[in-house]
Amino acid sequence: MSETGWIENAPPREAQFGDYVELLKPRVMRLVIFTAAVGLICAPVPVHPVVALAAIICVAVGAGASGALNMWWDWDIDAVMRRTKGRPIPSGRVGRDEALAIGLTLSVFSVVMLDLFANHFAAGLLAFTIFFYVVVYSMWLKRWTPQNIVIGGAAGAFPPMIGWAVATGGASLESALMFLLIFLWTPPHFWALALFRNDDYAKAGVPMLPVTAGPRATRDQILIYSLILAVVAILPAFTAIGGPVYLAGSAVLNALLLRGAWRIWRREEAAAEADHHIVEKRFFGLSIVYLFLHFCLFLAEAGLRAGGVLAHLGWPVLF
Amino acid sequence: MRPDSHEIYGRRRSRNLGVGLVLAAFVALVFAVTVVKLSEGAAIGHPEAGPPRSQLLPEGGN
Repeated sequence: MSETGWIENAPPREAQFGDYVELLKPRVMRLVIFTAAVGLICAPVPVHPVVALAAIICVAVGAGASGALNMWWDWDIDAVMRRTKGRPIPSGRVGRDEALAIGLTLSVFSVVMLDLFANHFAAGLLAFTIFFYVVVYSMWLKRWTPQNIVIGGAAGAFPPMIGWAVATGGASLESALMFLLIFLWTPPHFWALALFRNDDYAKAGVPMLPVTAGPRATRDQILIYSLILAVVAILPAFTAIGGPVYLAGSAVLNALLLRGAWRIWRREEAAAEADHHIVEKRFFGLSIVYLFLHFCLFLAEAGLRAGGVLAHLGWPVLF
Repeated sequence: MRPDSHEIYGRRRSRNLGVGLVLAAFVALVFAVTVVKLSEGAAIGHPEAGPPRSQLLPEGGN
C-alpha cells in the first residue's frame, strides 16, 4: 500500500468523539451519577471530595461501559425500534467490534480504578453491576422472559449502594432501601413506557409484558408494583438517612404515584388508544420526577443533619 | 496534494482532541487522588487498611 493508501480505504463516515460518548448512554449515566452521589453523601462516613469525585467518575464510566456492551449485544433489536434505531451502531457511526472493545476496556478500567480509589467492596459491587446488566439482563433475560425488567432492574438499582460502599466499605439497611426504591420503581416505569410503545417492542421481538400478557395484565401489574413501591419508599423515613422532610415529601410523591397507577389500572385499551395513551405518558413522566425527587429528599435530610437542624425533634429511627 | 492536507485529518481532529482531553483529565484525577491520599496518610481511616505502621513495630523498633 502506498503512503496514502489508507486514506482512500478509510470509511466515508468515521466515528466522531460525540458518537463514542453516545455509545456510553449519557442519559443513563446522569441518573447513575446522581444516585451514586446521593448514596455516597448520605453515608455516615465522610469522604474527601476529590476521592468522592474520582469514585463517582469510575461508577459513571462503569455504567457507560455496560451501556456500550448492551448496544453491542442488542444491535439487531436497536435497529428495529424507533426509539433506538438512531443509536451509534444501527446508524453505522460506530462498528460493533469497536463498541465491544470500548465496553470491555472501560469495564475493566473502571473497576480497577475504583478499587484503587476506594475499596474492594465498592469495586466488586461495580463489577457485579456491569456483569448483571450485560450478561444477566441483556444476554439472558431481555429476549427470554416478560419478567426481564423486574429482575434486570437490579442493575440500575446498585449505584447508590456503590456510592454508600465507597464511603463505608460495606452495605447496610439504608443502602439496601435505596436499592429497593429503584428496583421496585423500574417495573411500573418501563411497563408504562411499554404500554404506549407496545408495537415497537412487538416488532423487535422483545417479550415485554404488554406483548406477551396483554395491556390488561400490564395495567394490573403496574398497580400492584406501585402499591409495593409506595410502602417501601416510605420506610427510609424511619432510618438514619430519613426524617420528617423525607416522610412528608415521599408521602406526597407516593400519593401522586398511586393516583397515576389507579388511573392506568381502570382504563380500557380502547380509551387509551383514543387519546394516544395520555394517562400512561403522564405516569411515565411522573415516575421520572418521582425517583429524582426521592433522592433529592435524601440529600435534603443529609443537609439538615449536617447543619444540626431538626436534631431537637428526636425523630424516631426504627430500623 | 500533501497527504496531511487531506480532509480526513480534519474529520479526525475533533476525535483526537476529545481523547486527548479525556486522557489529560484522567492524569489530573489520578494525581489529585494521590496527593489527597498521601496527605491524609493513606493507611489511616481507610476501611480496608490495617493498623498504622507504628503499631506493628515492636517497642523501640524502627
